[in-house]
Amino acid sequence: MTGTVTISLRLNGEAVTATLPARMPLVDFLRETMGLTGAHVGCAHGVCGACTVRVDGAAVRGCLMLAAQADGSVVDTIEGLTESGAIADLQDAFHRHNAVQCGYCAPGMLITAADLLDREAVPDRVPDRAEIRDHISGNYCRCTGYQAIVDAIAEVATTRADARATKQGDTA
Amino acid sequence: MTLSAYDRPVSYIGASVPRPNATRLLQGRGRYVDDKVLPRMVHAAFVRSPHAHARILSIDTAAARALPGVVAIYDGADMAKVITPWVGVLTHLSGMRSPPQPALALGVTHWQGEPVVMVIAHSRAVAEDAAAIVDVDYAVLPAVCDMETALAPDAPRIHPSLDSNLCWERKFEAGAVDAAFADPAATVVERQFIFGRHTGVTLEPRAVIGDYDPSEDRLTMHYSGQAPHMMQSVVSRHLGVPEARVRVVAEDVGGSFGIKIHTYGDEIATLAAAKLLKRPVKFVADRLESFLSDIHARDHRISARAAVDADGRLTAVEIDDVTGIGPYSVYPRSSGIEGNQVVNLTGAPYDFPAYRARLRVVFQNKTPMCQYRAVGHPIAVAVMEGLMDDLATATGRDPADLRRMNLRRDDSYPAASPQGMRFADLSHQQCMEKLLVLMDYDALKAERDAMRARGIHRGIGLVSMVEVTNPSPMFYGVGGAPIAAQDGATARLDASGAVHVANSVTEQGQGTETILAQITAEVMGVTMADVHVTTGDTATVPYGGGTWASRGAGIGGEAMFQAARALRDQVLEVAGVILQTTPATLTLAGGAVVDAATGAERITLRDLARTVYYRGNELPPGLKPELIATRHYRVTDYPFVFTNGAMASYVEVDTDTGMVTLLGHWVVEDVGTILNEKLVDEQIRGGVVQGIGGALYEECIYSDDGQMQNATMADYLVPMAGEMPDIVIAHVCTPTRTSELGAKGAGEAGTAGAPAAVMNAVNDALRPLGAALLSQMPMTPERILRALGTVD
Repeated sequence: MTGTVTISLRLNGEAVTATLPARMPLVDFLRETMGLTGAHVGCAHGVCGACTVRVDGAAVRGCLMLAAQADGSVVDTIEGLTESGAIADLQDAFHRHNAVQCGYCAPGMLITAADLLDREAVPDRVPDRAEIRDHISGNYCRCTGYQAIVDAIAEVATTRADARATKQGDTA
Repeated sequence: MTLSAYDRPVSYIGASVPRPNATRLLQGRGRYVDDKVLPRMVHAAFVRSPHAHARILSIDTAAARALPGVVAIYDGADMAKVITPWVGVLTHLSGMRSPPQPALALGVTHWQGEPVVMVIAHSRAVAEDAAAIVDVDYAVLPAVCDMETALAPDAPRIHPSLDSNLCWERKFEAGAVDAAFADPAATVVERQFIFGRHTGVTLEPRAVIGDYDPSEDRLTMHYSGQAPHMMQSVVSRHLGVPEARVRVVAEDVGGSFGIKIHTYGDEIATLAAAKLLKRPVKFVADRLESFLSDIHARDHRISARAAVDADGRLTAVEIDDVTGIGPYSVYPRSSGIEGNQVVNLTGAPYDFPAYRARLRVVFQNKTPMCQYRAVGHPIAVAVMEGLMDDLATATGRDPADLRRMNLRRDDSYPAASPQGMRFADLSHQQCMEKLLVLMDYDALKAERDAMRARGIHRGIGLVSMVEVTNPSPMFYGVGGAPIAAQDGATARLDASGAVHVANSVTEQGQGTETILAQITAEVMGVTMADVHVTTGDTATVPYGGGTWASRGAGIGGEAMFQAARALRDQVLEVAGVILQTTPATLTLAGGAVVDAATGAERITLRDLARTVYYRGNELPPGLKPELIATRHYRVTDYPFVFTNGAMASYVEVDTDTGMVTLLGHWVVEDVGTILNEKLVDEQIRGGVVQGIGGALYEECIYSDDGQMQNATMADYLVPMAGEMPDIVIAHVCTPTRTSELGAKGAGEAGTAGAPAAVMNAVNDALRPLGAALLSQMPMTPERILRALGTVD
């Protein structure tokens, strides 16, 4: 229980090296060691999705992965994705649709939503509401009832698809 | 002519503006308790009772103490020296009793999950390591879990000091009940309902930091909860710190729903440890601890019957409610209010003369039960609306027609129920008619019937309901609890012309701070960006009750309205002097004092404030400007301000699997004056989904010996996005006469009505199949298949 490991990773665009207990979950490393408190711990066993972060581009449960496993990885949290502007349209849509109440699920929900939209980033592909609901069904929200979240994601899916179509038209 | 608050070109009151404070939550910049790190802070973990009922024979902490990083270990006896026990009874619930409850178990544990030993260490991980090797030896005692057998004369007594396991009994009778049921012309229906235990599952678990400064004898509690001033009083009473030296700070709260408004032994023990150690101590419940120690909710078994006369008019309703509350009545709100609400609210939408009720509140060796979102309402509504559908079936009437016939008339207010509940400004008839149009009731019935012909089993469930909001002191204060029913608001103009407001109601995501800013911006004629809101800190906000019973908008908002108007009048008085005119010719708009008749700018708020604060020499000596105002508000003429609404659910039941698909949900709600429709709608939607959780999924499943069987998020089901329907909402607006703003509460109606709507819809779907009535929540696939007779 007392063994330590040293890891190096690219965290929100910055090179980070840290020595930490081998048993430390990634989310504890982010929150406690790095002060990145945007990822939240809701269940610590991979069910609620509040701790969702990006590891090498994939949406990952920060409570199910050891920090040691992130050695050599690119890790992005809600803080980094906010500063880069990568999900600014989703954040704006969540705000306008009131798709956030207490806010505890929001960082994980946004990263899960971004994951869906990035996967579907092909021209003319807009996920419908049922697909959106299905994709975010691993993220608990106890406040909103989900409808506003679906509204916000659906709006951004359409906006992004329109932008892709325009861009493709310009290229053609 | 002077412009009123409602005539301004830019009106914030009623506008669906987004929440300014949501932006940082979406950027991961929330400030929840677990995000806070204080210098020298240490962490608590708890050893909890693995048994529902056991005598503690010995506690061996030697190995745990030897672990590097462990700072201190306390057991119940240690804590009893520094924390006085509490008793969760209210004096107006006559005859209620509950023994003193210690922070940590003292000699005997009374539920699985009760805290027994607290370990403090340099990290939570080490504290857990140490807790795992604390050796507690128990002698298991008989667990009393079933609330009905708990009342048997020979049942083991949970508390030897009491002569039975009964916490409280209430009987109520009004009108000629027996005669109504005995009338040969009456149609009588009868049903037994079971409502399982569920719990809040706030996504942010309960969390607390105690921070004690012995040099000033000041204790700060960083609190994830709803009622800072109540906690200040509780902490002061039981830790012996003067109330004024206890500061309770609630910044962001990750969901609460009534879970985080109670007194928890582990939280009080954490504060005591901070005081003993003279350094900050943090405790954050893990999910297992949450399931076993957050209050549970509901847990009722109810026998109910109702009668209509030959014309279909309700003549009598009778209920007998047994509710299990765990081993203690929860402090300081008591565990009696839930059942009391069931007695008080059953049948509330309908006009009928005779009512009888019996309530028995029973101790048991399970996690304590207490008030959760929509306290008692889902039970009262499900029982009455279930009986209404049974009466419709028994008399061959359409469920909508039977309701139409019996709803209180919109022109009948003020009115009172047989229980003595006083109603005003309600709109049951309008809401039901609007609902039936909104959902296109006739078309939906035709669709349902056409589907039935094809072997697809769909059903429609209707509900009429009330919700208790904006409570007066008649809820808690009258019973001796340190819970304010009034709230306070302060508004102050700073030297830059911005307005700072503070309010004693709190925010857990409802949008409280937003509506406070809307009200202030409108009255002060400034943009919302120029209003800065503070809530949740006993050191800085006026005294008040906080957020519970849907009172943020109706009480906190009204206080804000009055405070902002007082500040506006004070500003205009100063402006009148500076501009050498009478205040009545002036008003506020666009961040300035303007001519009321023409709208022409006379002086900006910034210039006015700078004159007052920096160049007082320019003012006449007799003028003493006050650019700050505080007002408090409480409801005086009525004990509660009821809202009303109507709701419908449309479901499809798979008779092979027992699975229920929610096809549609409609709500028409009358919350009086709407301050922000988007926020109201989202409160209703979130509430509906929590209600659906109780109806279909959520249940704390116990073994016979009091072990919770599904205390993980993987095993305890809550509504997820994939199963939830889109929810259509419309409004009827009947402002309450009790305040100037006219706002009623909106936070709990969805949870109150949705379970009944879904239950009635499921039964409507199954009725043609000859299935037994579903009367037990949650309506799991297994229970549906049993009702169908497909499984034993």
